[in-house]
Amino acid sequence: MESYVKVVKVEKVGPLDTLRGLWVTLSNFFRTIFLRNRVTIQYPEEERDYSERFRGVHILTKHEDGTPKCTACFLCATICPADCIHIEAGEHPNNRVEKIPTRFDIDMLRCVFCGYCVDACPEEAIIMSKEYDLATDTREESIFTMEMLLNRADKLGFDNGYRPHFGPLGGGGTRGKMEEAGITGTTRKK
Amino acid sequence: MGLESKLGGPGTGWLTTKLDVVVNWARKNSLWPYPFGTACCGIEVMSMVSNHYDLARFGAEVVRFSPRQADLLLVAGTITDKMGPVLKTIYDQMAEPKWVISMGACASTGGFYRAYHVMQGIDEIIPVDIYVPGCPPTPEAVLNGILMLQKKIEQESVKDRK
Repeated sequence: MESYVKVVKVEKVGPLDTLRGLWVTLSNFFRTIFLRNRVTIQYPEEERDYSERFRGVHILTKHEDGTPKCTACFLCATICPADCIHIEAGEHPNNRVEKIPTRFDIDMLRCVFCGYCVDACPEEAIIMSKEYDLATDTREESIFTMEMLLNRADKLGFDNGYRPHFGPLGGGGTRGKMEEAGITGTTRKK
Repeated sequence: MGLESKLGGPGTGWLTTKLDVVVNWARKNSLWPYPFGTACCGIEVMSMVSNHYDLARFGAEVVRFSPRQADLLLVAGTITDKMGPVLKTIYDQMAEPKWVISMGACASTGGFYRAYHVMQGIDEIIPVDIYVPGCPPTPEAVLNGILMLQKKIEQESVKDRK
């Protein structure tokens, strides 16, 4: 009966063939030992350079005079899938602006850092930074209040991360392109 | 333990302090983690123990998957109501001294699963030392949590427990 198997090549296996199979492992091994080319990021001293779209801790942005841009419209709290944003609205003295948050808490231990709140905000009042190291001792310490969120960027000097409307450096994104084209749209001017 | 119960009498304060320094140094630099990885956070634990963000640099090289041999329970992932008794059994089988790090949103508070089947935080059943937020936390965030646990261990005293 004819065989259904066609033999293409016969290799004799010798002692060096084990090393051939291990070549990837061995080349990395010699590279780290002799060339001292290590890939380890030494964490507290060095940090990985994350992208411009990295979603870290939220920042509440401010106008030039220091008041928060947020108008307490509750869009971010409504769309949050983890229901971790708690806002209470108060009255703003200027009638054109009408509302301002008196309480804006984000529970960082519930937050999944999805960025939907940033996508939903019509005023770019909430953006995300590149800060990620937030370990705490208790659950209460990780509820970030409005003061902590407002001043975060100034205090820590972290780069801004996720800002889809205005882009990473303020010149890109959908809203940025609209402004360049002269379309003022719904951006409120004070 | 026998010897430490005799410490604390008059004139032995300095001995306890020196003993604290040495014992805490030894404990914090040789944490043996038990990665209790049930979900996506487990992948970040795997990434943390590999070479880009090496956990072995902090002495926690030896990951042991047996509670009898580990001292740091690193709960990474969603803990459902069905898994709760298992987690409690594992925690009880660990010998003192032991610490717990709750990694990620699901283990710390149930995350965005506000549902009937998810335990809303493992601190319903076991005491937690450090909570690391994120979904999943970047490996550097977990390393930050472990460094914070090391600072917490430095503040302990041999007379407190064990």
